[in-house]
Amino acid sequence: MYVAAIFLPLLGAIVAGFGRHILGDRGAQIVTISGVGIAAILSVFIFFDVALGDNKLVVVELFTWIASGDMDAKWALRIDTLTAVMLIVVNWVSFMVHLYSVGYMHHDPSIPRFQAYLSFFTFAMLMLVTADNLIQLFFGWEGVGVASYLLIGFWYHKQSANAAAMKAFLVNRVGDFGFALGIAGVFFLFDTVNFQEIFERAPEFAETTVVFFGIEWHALTIIAILLFIGAMGKSAQLGLHTWLPDAMEGPTPVSALIHAATMVTAGVFMVTRMSPLFELAPTALMLVTIIGALTAFFAATVGCVQNDIKRVIAYSTCSQLGYMFFAIGVSAYQAAIFHLMTHAFFKALLFLGAGSVIHAMSDEQDIRKMGGIWKHIKLTYAMMWIGSLALAGVPFFAGYFSKDMILEAAYGAHSGVGQFAFWMGIAAAFMTAFYSWRLLILVFHGKPRADEYVMSHIHESPAVMTVPLMVLAVGAVFAGYVGYDMFIGHGMEAFWGEAIARSGFDAIEAAHHVPGWVPLAPTVVGLTGIAMAYVFYLFAPGIPKALASTFAPVHRFLLNKWYFDELYDAIFVRPTWYLGRGFWKSGDGALIDGVGPDGIAAAAKGVAQRLSKMQSGYVFHYAFFMIAGLFGFVTWYMIKG
Amino acid sequence: MTDLPLLTIITFLPLVGAGFILFVRGGEAQVASNARNVALLTSIATFVLSLFLWFNFDSSTADYQFVERAEWLPAFNIAYSMGIDGISLFFVLLSTFLTPLCILSSWEAVTKRVKEYMIAFLVLETMMIGMFCALDAFLFYIFFEAVLIPMFIIIGVWGGPRRVYAAFKFFLYTLLGSVLMLLAFLTMYFHAGTSDIPTLMTTQFAYGMQIWLWLAIFASFAVKVPMWPVHTWLPDAHVEAPTAGSVILAGVLLKMGGYGFLRFSVPMLPEATEAFTPMVYTLSVVAIIYTSMVALVQNDMKKMIAYSSVAHMGMVTIGIFAMTQQAVEGAIFQMLSHGIVSGALFLCVGVVYDRLHTREIARYGGLANNMPKYALVFMVFMMASVGLPGTAGFVGEFLIIVGVFQVNTWVALLAATGLILGAMYMLWLYRSVVFGKLEKDEVKAMLDLSKREIAIVAPLIVMVLWMGIYPSSFLEPMSVSVTNLITKYQTALEAAGSLPLATR
Repeated sequence: MYVAAIFLPLLGAIVAGFGRHILGDRGAQIVTISGVGIAAILSVFIFFDVALGDNKLVVVELFTWIASGDMDAKWALRIDTLTAVMLIVVNWVSFMVHLYSVGYMHHDPSIPRFQAYLSFFTFAMLMLVTADNLIQLFFGWEGVGVASYLLIGFWYHKQSANAAAMKAFLVNRVGDFGFALGIAGVFFLFDTVNFQEIFERAPEFAETTVVFFGIEWHALTIIAILLFIGAMGKSAQLGLHTWLPDAMEGPTPVSALIHAATMVTAGVFMVTRMSPLFELAPTALMLVTIIGALTAFFAATVGCVQNDIKRVIAYSTCSQLGYMFFAIGVSAYQAAIFHLMTHAFFKALLFLGAGSVIHAMSDEQDIRKMGGIWKHIKLTYAMMWIGSLALAGVPFFAGYFSKDMILEAAYGAHSGVGQFAFWMGIAAAFMTAFYSWRLLILVFHGKPRADEYVMSHIHESPAVMTVPLMVLAVGAVFAGYVGYDMFIGHGMEAFWGEAIARSGFDAIEAAHHVPGWVPLAPTVVGLTGIAMAYVFYLFAPGIPKALASTFAPVHRFLLNKWYFDELYDAIFVRPTWYLGRGFWKSGDGALIDGVGPDGIAAAAKGVAQRLSKMQSGYVFHYAFFMIAGLFGFVTWYMIKG
Repeated sequence: MTDLPLLTIITFLPLVGAGFILFVRGGEAQVASNARNVALLTSIATFVLSLFLWFNFDSSTADYQFVERAEWLPAFNIAYSMGIDGISLFFVLLSTFLTPLCILSSWEAVTKRVKEYMIAFLVLETMMIGMFCALDAFLFYIFFEAVLIPMFIIIGVWGGPRRVYAAFKFFLYTLLGSVLMLLAFLTMYFHAGTSDIPTLMTTQFAYGMQIWLWLAIFASFAVKVPMWPVHTWLPDAHVEAPTAGSVILAGVLLKMGGYGFLRFSVPMLPEATEAFTPMVYTLSVVAIIYTSMVALVQNDMKKMIAYSSVAHMGMVTIGIFAMTQQAVEGAIFQMLSHGIVSGALFLCVGVVYDRLHTREIARYGGLANNMPKYALVFMVFMMASVGLPGTAGFVGEFLIIVGVFQVNTWVALLAATGLILGAMYMLWLYRSVVFGKLEKDEVKAMLDLSKREIAIVAPLIVMVLWMGIYPSSFLEPMSVSVTNLITKYQTALEAAGSLPLATR
């Protein structure tokens, strides 16, 4: 069962990818969908068995992978509650996205390739969440990276898509660079890369210091920071986030699956998985909190001014990931994973809903060219409402439960960074609600701004697309309510088992004892944000324009995403090319070759011309050096005596 | 099996095949096709025979196996002595594995002087195998030098427009190094009274002497690897060499340097090795960062891959000199995987070169449209080259980084930048060649992989995945030999009382 749940998607990918000439489009769809579908059903059984049953930890060893000296990494499936939750999320969202793609991609000439990539992605993600050691985690980690690269660049004839795919891969590589060094550090300290042994032995090293990079560090802190750099890349945290908005070049189902629900949460998963280490590295946790809080705030500010429907949602994803990280930073891992789960449902819903809008609008993505279409696509409209309500944390939708808990936990941490995260989170919650309704109003309400051709072609999506929307909507409405008790309520202890480290300070417990206004605050600011969006974009549409022109520099700053791309281009990309060219032309060309072989050749030619009076033919090169060598040897030997 | 002189048979079988080809007579076309067939059959037979080495290899001992010894120059105590251990085993296999593929890849690309070409390749194979098997320093030297000759001819005769310049540059560089190595070997021989490699490994050399010997040997192997700054022959040689020449050059010839370090520098001159380790680290790190950046700005496909080889071999030299179990195994593994992957990448370049007769990146674009099979194959090798887990490239690179981290975190940090830079140029190359719109007419006319080409790349893909998913088949046989190497190294340093606390 465990093996099947992981490897069926791979099987589907291989069969669909290589058998596309035999299977055809429909066959490839059936193969991949059934592979992921069965895996999704199996993951429910696994969830009941592991998360809800007594079977708290299942390890299925497959075979040895890398064994060298003390390092012994196996291909193995490690399934505990944390993994079981991820299995549900990954397999079900993936299943829905597979189905949805049948409708969304039906004009595309390479359907089997698309489905195969999706299934391959699912497999890599499953390997990531079931890893039993850091190296297999890294395998899944890079595997999803490649799948993401392939899918962002799926329409490879588009230059922008290719550029975005490359950017995603490279920015992630920067994160992986940290991750790989983190693994090396873990091996340095623990002499193993297997989770079980690391977790068991972590307390031994609580106070160990090491000298890395010439500076004496608290060992676990530096390791945790290196690992977190990896997580920042994958989960698009501030500094390494620049690839995520560009990744929207990929087809929309990809954005929903990879860049909202699953892959980008891998960082959150990884840090939670390594919680026994992070718990012993308070400084690293502080850093996680600060970065998470800044990301939540930063992405929300940018989200308020973007005009591409998918980019708005992408920034919102970025921002929500920031919430998850600062939850981790205050040791509320359970809340982070809870938010990860609810977020997966409502964000996938929003993306697929956006896809449905784009599909209806003949591939238009600019919200300035939409408006007034709610009557034509009522079902999609309703779904987008549900998704937005859940995202904004409006009471009793999924996001309400998880986001409130995160903010309460941040407040309850009673630390400086916790307070910082709380206020950043509140500000972000306000902006989240604002831009969500800005999006809803601009897309669905007001006067139609699209041309007549587009307007006349607006149609509701087929059932194969709307049914997945409805399934996800069920999750977006009920996941919070259903999961509350298990994830962060009274059933918590029994549910998580040993999957997440327990420290002396119970962040969730503390979150239940915050002042009465704290739990109310997110809801209040959320509703205010919604109200403000109505005022700005429906009742008094002059205000945003006036604001934008009054605070033109601020607006430009936000519109240009805080100038991160320009900054990186100036300090990393261009200097690298410049240096490369310099090294090549002056280093290799002028210096090494000029002084080295070419110089010697020129000199040798001179000598040779003299020699050639006595001899002829190319042999003299050889002979000359032989004699010179022999001479040198004899001389040296005589001196040594 | 032990009574058969297996190593000798494997080593000289290609030479026998070359002899056959020499006597082929008839019309030109007939000679060409006979030469091709004989060469292919011989090299396949050699490969099959070499598999027996693997099957019968005893991975529980660090001793030399399949040992053969015959008196050669008894008066001078120089013998014909052959044998392999866990370190050399896979280099022999790598050579025998790549040669048939090279011959197959030259099937249609080489049309003039086919007979001579095939002879050159078979002679080259003999020399390569002999070099990895030799257990006598002079025997090693002869093979090591003799490799140069067929390679020089292959580049100089069947190469591109600047082939003579490239061939001479190649020859000049490597010869200069080898002469110094010969000096070192002679000195060691006079000191120890024998040129037997296992005996030399147990011979003590005075510290001052070690330094000079080490530098002399280093000159030769560093050029072969090639290490920065003596790498500039490689891009030229690659660019001008015919495809199969590049494959062997990148696949096997570069490994001779790494192998040499493991066989001579480290075990025979441990104290000097220890003293020069910081220098090797520095040169290697420079190689990784510098050449990766240079690779980034290339507009010639082969040059880009050639520069990437320098960067990847920089990882190897770091691994060898880090002298931890993971690092050394990683270095050997990286050499094997680089042999396969870079060889395969050159084949990929060869495929499009055969069609459009240019290596300029800008002339291509959008090949994914009309050559989907090629796009897939190229993707696999590109991902292996950037070290994607699950492919061959990852295991070696990762083990090296982990292994080096144990002894020097700065080097690990800087070496790991190769992860980023390596991805940069490879993705750029792939994007420019395979992705994009299919606009150029001449590119539109290009056909997808032929059956012969698929037959060439298929074994390489199998190897790339095998080495990536189940590397134990390769790591296990080398493990004991590597442990032995490291233990002896540490013991020697302790004996010399110079083992410092590892600097981190």
